[in-house]
Formats: sequence, C-alpha cells, structure tokens
Amino acid sequence: MTTTTPGPSALRGAVGTAHTRIEGRDKVTGAARYAGEIPYPELAHGWLVLSTVARGRILDVETGPILAMPGVLTVLHHGNAPRLHTDYIGMLGVPPDPTSAVFQDDRVPFAGWPVALVVAETPEVAREAAEALVVTYEREPHDTELVAGHPGAYAADGHMPAETEKGDLEARLADSAFVVDEEYTTPEEQHSMMEPHAATARWDGGRLEVVDSNQGAGWVQSELATMFSLDASAVRVRSEHIGGGFGSKGLRAHQVSAVMAATALQRPVRVVLTRRQTFSLGGYRSPTAQRVRLGADPDGRLLALEHRSLNQTSTVYEFVEPSAGVARVMYDAEAHRTANHVVRLDVPSPTWMRAPGEAPGSFAVEVALDELAARAGLDPIDLRLRNEPEVGPVSGLPFSSRNLAACLHEGARRFGWADRDPRPGVRRDGRWLLGTGTAAASFGAGAAPSTALVTAEADGSFTVRITAADIGTGARTALTLIAADALETTPDRVRVRIGDSDFGPAMIAGGSMGTRSWAWAVTAAAADLRERLAMTTGIPPEGITVRSDTTEALGALAQKERHSYGAQFAEVAVDTATGEIRVRRMLGIFAAGRIVNPLTARNQLVGGMTWGISMALHEEAVRDRNTGGHYAPDLAGYHVATHADVPDIEADWVDDHDPDDPVGIKGVGEIGIVGAAAAVANAVHHATGVRHRHLPIRPDRVVAAAGSAGGAVDA
Amino acid sequence: MAPATSSTSSAITLNINGEKHHLPVDHRTTLLDALRERLDLTGTKKGCDQGQCGACTVLVDQRRAVSCLTLAVAAEGREITTIEGVAEGDELHPVQQAFLDLDGYQCGYCTPGQICSAIAVIEEHAAGRPSAVTEDLSPEAAPQPLTPEEIRERMSGNLCRCGAYVSIVRAVARAAEAHAETRTAGAKETTA
Repeated sequence: MTTTTPGPSALRGAVGTAHTRIEGRDKVTGAARYAGEIPYPELAHGWLVLSTVARGRILDVETGPILAMPGVLTVLHHGNAPRLHTDYIGMLGVPPDPTSAVFQDDRVPFAGWPVALVVAETPEVAREAAEALVVTYEREPHDTELVAGHPGAYAADGHMPAETEKGDLEARLADSAFVVDEEYTTPEEQHSMMEPHAATARWDGGRLEVVDSNQGAGWVQSELATMFSLDASAVRVRSEHIGGGFGSKGLRAHQVSAVMAATALQRPVRVVLTRRQTFSLGGYRSPTAQRVRLGADPDGRLLALEHRSLNQTSTVYEFVEPSAGVARVMYDAEAHRTANHVVRLDVPSPTWMRAPGEAPGSFAVEVALDELAARAGLDPIDLRLRNEPEVGPVSGLPFSSRNLAACLHEGARRFGWADRDPRPGVRRDGRWLLGTGTAAASFGAGAAPSTALVTAEADGSFTVRITAADIGTGARTALTLIAADALETTPDRVRVRIGDSDFGPAMIAGGSMGTRSWAWAVTAAAADLRERLAMTTGIPPEGITVRSDTTEALGALAQKERHSYGAQFAEVAVDTATGEIRVRRMLGIFAAGRIVNPLTARNQLVGGMTWGISMALHEEAVRDRNTGGHYAPDLAGYHVATHADVPDIEADWVDDHDPDDPVGIKGVGEIGIVGAAAAVANAVHHATGVRHRHLPIRPDRVVAAAGSAGGAVDA
Repeated sequence: MAPATSSTSSAITLNINGEKHHLPVDHRTTLLDALRERLDLTGTKKGCDQGQCGACTVLVDQRRAVSCLTLAVAAEGREITTIEGVAEGDELHPVQQAFLDLDGYQCGYCTPGQICSAIAVIEEHAAGRPSAVTEDLSPEAAPQPLTPEEIRERMSGNLCRCGAYVSIVRAVARAAEAHAETRTAGAKETTA
C-alpha cells in the first residue's frame, strides 16, 4: 500500500492521512471487474426495446418473426411477462418507479418506455432482433414541455414538506430598501455516469443471484425480493465495482427484466443498457422553473425571502426536485416562504441526481443574492455574512456546527477577493472579458441505520463486511482507515469487503450519507470486538465476529440542523463575440466535518465543482416537442465537461467538528456541486455586466445578450 | 456460436498484448466486444459504444483507437495493446503508477481508456505532433513542453464523469516528466 504522506500511520492514526485506493491497482490494470464483465457459462444476452411514441397504448408486439431468427431465445413483453408486486414502500421510503417494474400493462407513458426484452445467444443477435421487433401503438396526444405556471402544477412533499411560510411576505417586500424579483431556469440534466446500467441474473440452487452495478446492493436486493414476491433470503445482489452512479443506480428496468428472463429461460441473462437507453430509463434531474424574491433593509439584511420551484415528473411516478429547500437552512428573513411544486408530463421519471434540490436551488438563490448585493452596493461575501442565521430558519433548531463564515473568509483570502473591483464589464485580456464570482453552499449531513460485521481472524488480521457501495467515492478505502483506527491496528491488517447484500442491511451510497452511516456501524462493531478480544485468550480458526446495528444510536441523536458548508469562487473569461466562456480558475473551501482520506475527499470535492462548471456551461438534454423524445440522447448531443473545459480547480477545507457526533463525518460527495454553477454565473456577470438566469450559459445566449443594446441587458 | 467462416462470420487471428488469439467472429462484432465478450479481456470499457466517450480506447499499432468503432475483422494483422498489456509483469507502467499515486480516477470506469490515451499522448507529443493548442507550428520549432493545457487538449476525447480531470492531468504530467527524463538519459547514453 502506498501513502502519499509518509509517516508511521499506526502512531498518528490512519484517518486524516492520505491513502491511495485499496482497489487502485485493480482499476489501473483493468483487473477490476464491473457488473457486465463477469463471465458465466450459458450466458444469454437481453436487449431492451423502448417505445417510440410519447403516449399511447401498445396494440401489438409482433414476436413471430423475431422468435424465428436463429439465436433468439425469447421475447418478453406485457403479454407474457410475470405479474410483479409493486404496491409497496421501499427501503428509502418511496414506492418503486413503474418504469422499473417492466411489462405490466399496455400503457406507454413516455418516449423511451420499456416495451419488450429480446433475449438471444449473442449480443449481436439480440441487438439485431430488438431493432427488428415491430411494435404497433395507438398514439395519444402528449405534453412534454415544462413551463412556469403550467396549469397542472401542484404542491408536492417528496422528502420534505412542499411549502413553508412565516411572516407577511408582501408587507416586508414593500418595506424593503432593495428588492430582487427574478425567474431562473435550469434544464434537464442527465447523470451520464461512464458505466451504463448492467446486471446479470441467474438462479443458483434455488437462490436468485444478481450481479449488478448499483448504489446499494441491499437496497436493490430488498426491492427485487418484494417485487418478485420472494423471500429476502432467496435473493442475493452483489455490486463490487460501480462505474459511477450519481443517484441513477437503483432499481431499474435492466435488473427486473434480467430476472424475468433468467427465470423464464432458467439460465444466466445479462441486460446492459445502451447509452441512449440510459436517457429515458436511468432517471435524470428534472428541469426547473424557479422564482426568487428577496427584500433587504438598507444594510442588506433580508426582510423577505421567497423561493418557489417547479419541476416536472412523469405521469406514473411523482419525484420532487426540492430546489426550494435551500433557503430553509441557508438564509432567514422575517417573512420567509418556500414552495416545491411539480407537474406531471408525458416524460420519463426524474430521480435523485448529485445534490438533488441543492444543485438547481442554489443556482437560483445564490445568483439572486449576487443580484441583491449589486443593487445594495454591498460585497457579495459581506451580504452573506450579514445574513448568517442563528438557528434553522424554518426548523428553529440549533446548528450542530455552521462554519460557512469560516469558509467565506478563508476562501476570500486565498482567492484574493479583497482586491476585487466590483464594477462589472471593465476587465479585459485581449478578446476576453474577465470576471470573478462567488456563492455559498450547504448540503445535509445525515446518517441512516446500518449494520456491519467485524471479524478478528485467527492470524491477527481483521475482516470487515458491510453492504456498502464504492461508486468512486473512495468508501472502500475510507472504511479501511476508519476500521484500522477503531481496531487500533494498521490499514494493511484490515480487509474491507463491501457490495454484497448477504452482509446485512446498510445505507446506500447516496445523500452524502454513505460513508458516515457505514463508518458509524464499523466503529460500533470494532469497539464491541475489542471488548470481546480483551476478555478472550485465543481466537478460534473461524475467528470472532461481532455485528453492529446503528438504528438505536441514530435514533438517540439530538435533533439539530446538520449540514456541510462551502464557499465557491470562480474566475471566468468571456468572449462576447463568439460566446465562449472559459473558467480560468476555481476555488472551493468547505466545512465538511472530519476528512477521512484527504486524497480521495479532495478528488470528490473537485469532482463536484467540475459538475458545477458542466452545469453552468454545458449540460442540457433537449426534448423535441413533436416526438416527445430527446434530440441526440448521447454524449455527443449531451455535453458534459471534458479535460479542456476544466482548469486546475482547488478544493480545501476548514476545521469542522460536530461535538455530539461519534464519527464526525459529514460527507463530501455532493457539497462540491452546490453553488458552483452560481459562482460561475456570477463571474460571467462580473465579466460582462450581463445577468444570465437560464442554464446552461450557452455561447448563443452570450452572443444574443451582447448583441442587445450595449450588451448590458440581462439574458 | 457462428460457424468459422460464412457470409456473416469469419475465423480471424488477433494479436493482443503480444499474444495471438484465434476466434470466429460475427462480422458485426466490434473489437471492443471481441475483447470483452469473447476473449475475457474486460479491462477495456464500454461507455457509449458510439465513439463519444473514449472509455474503450486501446492502442492499435501504438496509436490510440476507439475499439467500439473498430470492427474485429478490421483489426486482424494489427498489434493491439489493451490496458491488460501496458504493465511490465508486476511493474506498473509509469502512467498507471501516476494514476494510482495521484488518485487520477474515482469510479475507475474511464480509467483504462484514459491511461491508454495518456500513453499515446506522451508518445505523440514526444514525436513532435502538434495539437490544437500548440503555439508554434513551424517546422523549425523547438520541442515544446507538454503543458497542462496541452494535456487537457489532447486528452479531451476521454470523458470522466466523476470529474477527476484535475488529478488525471497531474498524473499524465508526472508520467510525461518521467518519460522525458528516461529519453534524455537514453539519449545521453547513446551519445556517450
């Protein structure tokens, strides 16, 4: 094992010391096997067929000619698929998305809905047969366009109350010396993880085994067991290496259809989504239409704050992108009103995507604050510091630790903010206009019940088993360091095994809660084990194993506002003739609890900020109103930032302790994207004098704004 | 399984990582699928199957190629190097070592493609091939350094959705430095 910071880790503790990834060698040599890469004898290949209409009914699936093709084994569709149990609430407190419970009826609720699975001996034959399958539809008129004020919009709770309100908003706005009242939009965004969803299902001695790429093997196992009415012990899901998830990798059509086919054929079946299929089957971040109203007194203190957000969902599943949740923990005002609304359209079901709610919500709120600072003649950092709340603006609960101010101060110092000339549109470097911008960030620091098994082996080493998932976060390595410290040993004496539902229930890799939740369980089991070992003279050949369950400990944790914080800074160069925007540098300073592994934590934070650049400037999935489907649903049509778009981003952190949390971890997976797009957009305003309120800030938007009278018009 | 040779399939020999593999393939089979599905060389990844992401990058006669847009039958007679073939036994290639040391990845799925690309980038640059950001394109231009900007430009065909670009660029730069030192040392030896 290599440590980039030399030193005897046993003496200083492994946590807090940079450590290269446990599975790093496997990843750089190609030895790490992902879900679609494990060979099985008699493996059959499934290929999904998706609807070509955006709304209607399936009239006919012409399977005859397809089944006659050499190598085709079966065609599953609503006419022959087994009925599934879908009336349940899953582990994460939500019902299953019917998009995943495939082939249950003849309805088509959106373009790209799964209508059939063709299974064949080879992938080539499966693909040819799937493309040749004729499905006829009765087509119905569709509505796929999200617009502000859509008549179908309604208030929806999701994971938080739909609406909150205190004080007299209109009265306090009328009292305000400075007012901002603007609309902001963000587009449909796609997870676009590099590895498309893949699963192989097979029956092994009466037990269903699924090798899958997911963010929680126990989660997917429990959903599959419920859906197929199987005993939980009769289903095992493994997910060793995962090629990215970002919220997309839960129960999806690929696992369910693979299980159906493996059951029908009684042989292993693999289903891998194509890149194009991930656009309608993998979930996505809904577009949002937001309105922010801010009113402040002459000193910039907020008197009124309103944030309303509308997102779309499918007609079969309600998903709320809770953008209006941001101000509930970030900014207070005497009059404070927030609302999340949704509208059901003939579109695929959206889902969680890196910082759901916070990413689009922080764009609107943090740009609005920049606008308020400009109107009030205040520095944007001063404005935020003047509006630091004492307690949760909506909950009234104390903060466990709120180190936003420290992030803003440290970030400002390192970025050189003090020297900034606030006037927009006055700095030039050849053809480029230059500007800098900032934004604040927060993301919830939660934990969920988990179990862990820790074994003292007879040879003196330790084995940790937990149904954790390492989707690229470095969780496997982080848990190794945590276990080593908890067991008072060195990381090389600890073997951490994850990604197997047989290890027991545990939190998923999501909500920036994975490592905190798992670490808690591992620490608890390790403490128990040490007590047991203290009373034991020898270790039997099978070792000594203890199991922990954090349900009770988590229930006893005091109710507080628990969050990570951050301050984002960006410098951009804008060419208003071509519309090109280049991010020249970016700095993020975070208060994210105890940093377990600086090497991988920094990478996570920088990765989130990279997503912010991508969100600000590139990402936009565009839907064709006529067909109801996407234009170019692929990585050429949907742009994610690549090497040339990303400068040498810097991320760092301030000390951040949560005194009553035994693990002290807050999670670093999502805080990096929060506020990052706003910082870029605010820098574009500082560079050009044009306020962009609609993402992404495409070249045509920059050019159109510059072409308007004097270029000083808002876009 | 397809018959050895017919109007839709052929028996071919692929030279991969210095080893010859004889196999019958469907003519539609891509080099990527031949590697992953037929030869159990799953280190080469399928991110899009459309030549848009770079995850399937391999070296064909030492130059980078997206194996998803290369038919297996068209790869016959070529020298193919995949991620499984870049290390010298247990000793990692300097690019692999730099990715490992500097955390030039997260989920690891784009990594084999990034590494294969980076190996070729360093060679392309050392051979004097310019990129879109190379300032001096004149034939008499002195060798120019492989700056971070050059690396970013040349590596832009390889997407990393985790957003590990910053550490990937550092890893490529470190490996390039080691490569340049080796070349300089080699040149000195030759001169001496």
